[in-house]
Amino acid sequence: MPTLTIDGQQVTVPEKTNVIEAAKTLGIEIPHYCYHPGLSVAGNCRMCMVEIEKAPKLAIGCFTPCTEGMVVFTNTEKVKQARKDVLEFLLSNHPLDCPVCDQAGECWLQIYYMQHGQYESRMMENKIKKSKKATSIGPHVNLDQERCVLCGRCVRFCDEITKTHELGIFGRGNREELDVFPGKQLDNRYSGNVVDICPVGALTDRDFRFQVRVWYLGVQDSVCPGCSRGCNIQIHYNRNRPHHGHGRRVARLKPRYNSHVNQFWMCDEGRYGYKFVDAGDRIISPMLRRGAELQMATWGETLAASAERIRAVNPSQIGVIAWPQLTNEELYLVRRLFVDGLGCKNVSFSVPSKKDGGGDDFLITADKNPNTRGAGEIGLPIADSTGDILQAASRGEFKLLHIFGHDLLSSGLDQPLVESALAATETVIFQGSNSHLTVDRADIVLPSATFAEKSGSFTNFEGRVQRIHEAVPPLGDALPDWQILNRMARALEMGWDYQGTEHIFKELAENVAAFSGLSYCVLGDQGELLGYKPTNEAHIPTEPVTTVII
Amino acid sequence: MKKIRTIAELGTLRAALERERESAKVWISVSNETCARANGSDKVIAALDEELRKQGLADQVRVKGTGCSGFCDRNPMVVVFPKEIAYQRVSPDDAAEIVGKTLIKGQVVERLLHHDGKGHAVQHEADLPFYRYQKRLVLRNHGRLDPTDITDYLASGGYTALSQALTMSSEQVIEEISRSGLRGRGGGGFLTGRKWKSCREAHGETKYVICNADEGDPGAYMDRSVLEGNPHSVIEGMIIGAYAIGARMGYVYVRAEYPLAVTNLVIALQQARDCGLLGENILGTGFNFDIRVNRGGGAFVCGESTALMASLEGRVGEPEVKHIHTAESGLWEKPTNLNNVETWANVPVIINKGADWFASIGTEKSKGTKIFSLVGKINNTGLVEVPMGTPLREIIYDIGGGIPHGKKFKAIQTGGPSGGCVPEELLDLPVDFDRLTEVGSMMGSGGMIVMDEGTCMVDVAKYFTGFLQDESCGKCVPCREGTAQMRQILSDICEGRGRPEDIDLLEELGHVVQDTSLCALGGTAANPMLSTLRHFRDEYEAHIFDHRCPAGVCTALIRYTIDVEKCNGCGVCAKQCPQNGVSGEKKQPHSIDQHLCIRCGICREVCRFEAILVN
Repeated sequence: MPTLTIDGQQVTVPEKTNVIEAAKTLGIEIPHYCYHPGLSVAGNCRMCMVEIEKAPKLAIGCFTPCTEGMVVFTNTEKVKQARKDVLEFLLSNHPLDCPVCDQAGECWLQIYYMQHGQYESRMMENKIKKSKKATSIGPHVNLDQERCVLCGRCVRFCDEITKTHELGIFGRGNREELDVFPGKQLDNRYSGNVVDICPVGALTDRDFRFQVRVWYLGVQDSVCPGCSRGCNIQIHYNRNRPHHGHGRRVARLKPRYNSHVNQFWMCDEGRYGYKFVDAGDRIISPMLRRGAELQMATWGETLAASAERIRAVNPSQIGVIAWPQLTNEELYLVRRLFVDGLGCKNVSFSVPSKKDGGGDDFLITADKNPNTRGAGEIGLPIADSTGDILQAASRGEFKLLHIFGHDLLSSGLDQPLVESALAATETVIFQGSNSHLTVDRADIVLPSATFAEKSGSFTNFEGRVQRIHEAVPPLGDALPDWQILNRMARALEMGWDYQGTEHIFKELAENVAAFSGLSYCVLGDQGELLGYKPTNEAHIPTEPVTTVII
Repeated sequence: MKKIRTIAELGTLRAALERERESAKVWISVSNETCARANGSDKVIAALDEELRKQGLADQVRVKGTGCSGFCDRNPMVVVFPKEIAYQRVSPDDAAEIVGKTLIKGQVVERLLHHDGKGHAVQHEADLPFYRYQKRLVLRNHGRLDPTDITDYLASGGYTALSQALTMSSEQVIEEISRSGLRGRGGGGFLTGRKWKSCREAHGETKYVICNADEGDPGAYMDRSVLEGNPHSVIEGMIIGAYAIGARMGYVYVRAEYPLAVTNLVIALQQARDCGLLGENILGTGFNFDIRVNRGGGAFVCGESTALMASLEGRVGEPEVKHIHTAESGLWEKPTNLNNVETWANVPVIINKGADWFASIGTEKSKGTKIFSLVGKINNTGLVEVPMGTPLREIIYDIGGGIPHGKKFKAIQTGGPSGGCVPEELLDLPVDFDRLTEVGSMMGSGGMIVMDEGTCMVDVAKYFTGFLQDESCGKCVPCREGTAQMRQILSDICEGRGRPEDIDLLEELGHVVQDTSLCALGGTAANPMLSTLRHFRDEYEAHIFDHRCPAGVCTALIRYTIDVEKCNGCGVCAKQCPQNGVSGEKKQPHSIDQHLCIRCGICREVCRFEAILVN
């Protein structure tokens, strides 16, 4: 553990830490392009120059390991001049098409120019014309070779992380070009990450291009609901610019660093899987079946109707199919309401999917639900599987089915069984966010919020409990599931009322042994494992928070 | 060739071969390297063979195609042994006279001899001034050996150093090389012994030795010549090095543009293998080692060690940042020792003659000799091997014979494109690693380009900067963009668009590229510009402020006019002018139409009366 001095401040860092990372712990940012903490060191951008006492020449911070007693200066005149000069070189052959570049606002050429450049260019700016401009190189990524600073991060990503080797740098000197290898497409399952790590506008996201200017985006931390890995993400949402991005409120998802879960990355399936949040099939109003038709109704009417039907039947005649897309807090309330409150014995949550989830050995898991582990830990299912519940329903044993989210009619379940179960049951209550075939069979529809519209927590397959946060308000009259359940409990006069998800989580941690010791404070922004043993010391997050882009 | 099983067997064989050579006293060598072949040496050999056959001497006199003895300007060189009568610029038509006169009658063919400035003919090769001032260790057998015949090498003491080394411990071999003070001849100048030692001590079973034959400097061809003319000296050096370091595999990374070097090397390797000098259980000592040849695509940057190794591994030949020296983690991340061709060729010399003897040659910190390729505006173009510390003046005037056409010397560019220009006032500089660095140039691999008063130094800087820009791999920003910017500014100055602030800007850019580049290519890319700015600043200023090229080279800045005093109206220039821009009455002074003139300079070349003026 060497101790060194950076700009007059002492810091002790683990062996082999480089100067950039050591400076980061002191809040000192050393500008760089090619270095990325998740990739090997290339040392080619020459931007992270620092001065080291007794060294004859400036050194690159990314490639200089910290040693005992080292004295580093990151802000001397010599260093500033070198940065300025390297920037001047980079910009002398850069198209400067910022007004039409989608990276504008989050471009590190722009950012560093404002911080370290600010000169009148003295160069002859004979820009080199390159062959690919705004060309798609895969299903998700667009390439502009002229904007590329040839840092090689994307090449290293495809070589080292996905090991798929689609990208290369071709040619020499200032005619060098980034490109896909002949006959290849950048179509690996993690291709979107190259856009995140591209420091400039060379690689842009085909999905996000020209949808909204990045300075109109708000950022909220969350967790990807796409599979049981629970990759940490940021939801980038459109702040008050509804005329941009065709009214899409959630503009894009970006991975958020978590050393325990996803490091710096996320898969394309998760990244582009958020579209249902602003999709046209969102249910924006509670609905009641009046005759043959489902008609819009108020929350008061629907909740009263639900409570009435629930009260009217024996709890043994109620089947509940909960949903592993619900948060821990919501699943706890499902248990609290149906099992503990009403005494239901038939509560399941998992529904087999039609197609294989296609897990891999990196991030993607086959289970496409973010909270299967949480549902299990909370004590679901009770007694029967979904199949058993539907069997019983089709035999006419149930008078009421409460289905959360699932489209049973497009699932991997035996379809005639689903049909007969739905037909044989008197009342079907559906609670979910998006419309589908199963919704059409419901008698009462309770519109709920998506993951981006609510707070709570998910437990990933490894037992890490991680928080999600509301980025945008629920669409229309939709409400977070926990609020719907809370209101329903009120309508059923259960005698409980929760003020918020933290309130629920506190009680969950007290009542469910696996969650014991956890609190929102303990979870922090990196989550914590089930079975956590609290200490007397104040909880300090285990990892420093690292921004996504760098 | 039979496999040699022991060191003693090799000694016996060598003695037998030496006796055999001694019995064949009369023979003819014809330099037959790339440069000689370009001048028809192949045909000279055929003509001599034919002539000997005709005269019935074919059984008694052998004609041997050898490496180039260095006097490239005079190729093809034919030397008749044992008297060592040296004939220059021999053509196939001379064969009959050489055989008839020299071999049969014992007379000298006067017209083929070298004639010094005073009109004296020089008979013996060793008496030529070109050779007299040299000290040839590495090149000692060039012009004597048939590079495709290992017995020739063995007969001249070849592989004695290997026999010797194999009886020593590896530590002793390293100690010997260390004590000799040998420094890397590829340009780095790192102490070879120290390099070997750290590779020997590096952790790991598998180790490699590499010969860097990726010679890429314009005008430099020392390594090519050594590989073409005496490949076994390099192979022997590599085997000794591998033995000392503990390597079992060696590579020669050689430019594919050196086809003859590759051919001769491959032949030599196969012969060495057949003789048991390479492969398993070399000379019965239990030491295993073999060498493979890898042809490079000619990228200049692949001469840089990490780029060379990346290229050898089959990756893109680009330099890499490394904490650990390649001696500890090089090729395939194994300890690797990389030396240049000339360094390897020095190894047998040191083992044979001893470290003390070697260290007695040269200067305090640069030991032994160095081969330079002396080219440009010089009378005796060729390869020159001199002790370290020889003054530039001696190399240029005594060996090189001075500047042609009585012109004035202006500068000498040393160290290849990354080197620098040394001006007239520093001509007494003793040439060694440190002194050249002190004056802003470098030893490099040994290129020496002589420039006369007709050379524009801004133009020279532009040329070398352009070369380096073309050869920049593009990996790091300062070299990729900086060399392009410097070249652009230099071009602008040469084309009359120089701005007053350009000199300061060039200096600043030069230092940035020097300080911030990833590898040595970028680190030295500013040298041609910075060293010419240092020594010839006035020429830059003349271009920028006076719009004048003092050397009369930069076409945008010169005008050709006709001196009416000297012009007699012969009309030759008018006939040759591609623009029809010269006009005038017959027998009357002509004149040049400046609007039509494209400054090609043809008129000046063809005028026999020096009537065309440049200003």
